[in-house]
Amino acid sequence: MTRHPSKKGRWRHRVKIAFASIFGMIFVAAAAGLGYALYPRTMPQTQMIEDRLQPAELDRLRQVSDFDEIADPTVRSVALFEEAGRVIEHPRCMNCHPRTDRPTQTEAMRPHTPWVTRGADGRGAPTLRCSTCHQAENFEASGVPGNAKWRLAPIEMAWQGKTLGDICRQLLDPARSHMTREELLHHMAQDELVGWAWHPGANRRPAPGTQEAFGSLIKAWLDTGAACP
Amino acid sequence: MSYTLSVNGRFHDVDEDGETPLLWVLRDSLSLTGTKYGCGAAQCGACTVHLDGRPARSCSIAVRAAVSAQIVTIEGMDGAEAVALRDAWVKHDVPQCGFCQSGQIMSAIALLRNIKQPTDQDIDLAMSGNLCRCATYTRIRAAIHDAAAKLGTST
Repeated sequence: MTRHPSKKGRWRHRVKIAFASIFGMIFVAAAAGLGYALYPRTMPQTQMIEDRLQPAELDRLRQVSDFDEIADPTVRSVALFEEAGRVIEHPRCMNCHPRTDRPTQTEAMRPHTPWVTRGADGRGAPTLRCSTCHQAENFEASGVPGNAKWRLAPIEMAWQGKTLGDICRQLLDPARSHMTREELLHHMAQDELVGWAWHPGANRRPAPGTQEAFGSLIKAWLDTGAACP
Repeated sequence: MSYTLSVNGRFHDVDEDGETPLLWVLRDSLSLTGTKYGCGAAQCGACTVHLDGRPARSCSIAVRAAVSAQIVTIEGMDGAEAVALRDAWVKHDVPQCGFCQSGQIMSAIALLRNIKQPTDQDIDLAMSGNLCRCATYTRIRAAIHDAAAKLGTST
């Protein structure tokens, strides 16, 4: 004689099946997760800083000889200065020629952070010197740029907010540039702080061309009468 | 490569890559963990130490560039300014989370050694490179004024 389970017994059986199913799914999911976690895979590899940085796109400067076809010396002089102006008006140069006592930074020429001021010697306030953060050379580990001569240009040589023509006339005015034409050429062509603009470190975009090419343009501009735009 | 560093008046020989930031040598090789890693980009001031008496961000100095300097960390800081600032820090209950505070105090010591009675503007300028995410700036400023006053009366 067959015994039929009671109604209560059938429900108990169904609850057991349901709990067994839930625990079974949890077990399968946990096993799958453990398997995924323990599955051998390639760990992140160390990388040289130079490899991590995006290569900066390099801009070229036109050569002095490219301007030989301009017959009029004054027009040629202006054209030479306008080409050199691509360097002068580049953020690498303009950031240290602010019109206030605060430098700017980055391609966007935003105000420098932290809040610093030029100080009496252009190297910061006595209590927060440029050298607090900027050392004698670029430091790739932190990305902080540096140079042994790191400082702001004198306020008389503020370039930001001025036209290239105004900058040109300012350069030629010893009262504001504090330089003779020979000193100006040396500053542009050989000064190592100016040269930093072509070796700015990290992934900063260098100034166009090279310091040598820039110096050649400035020399040719001076030799052709130093006409201003 | 081996380098000899003068830290807190003692010489230490460390064997490190010359480009290693001074901060990591202080913390990992010399166990001077009072100097903190904040941003690693000289933007926050938490890693401030003194090199030849001047504040410097140790995250942005290569160890090879620090061999000739007298390095002082928060652990080795002493003198009237340090004591006055420590007392003022306690009195004003300056720290909140406290992470930036060693850098703040190192900059404040340099400030008081340069300017005995700093104005609010002097303090803002000298301390602007030291960030505090708990925004304890008003207490920092009050504590520096307090320490300056105490130093003024004790001299």
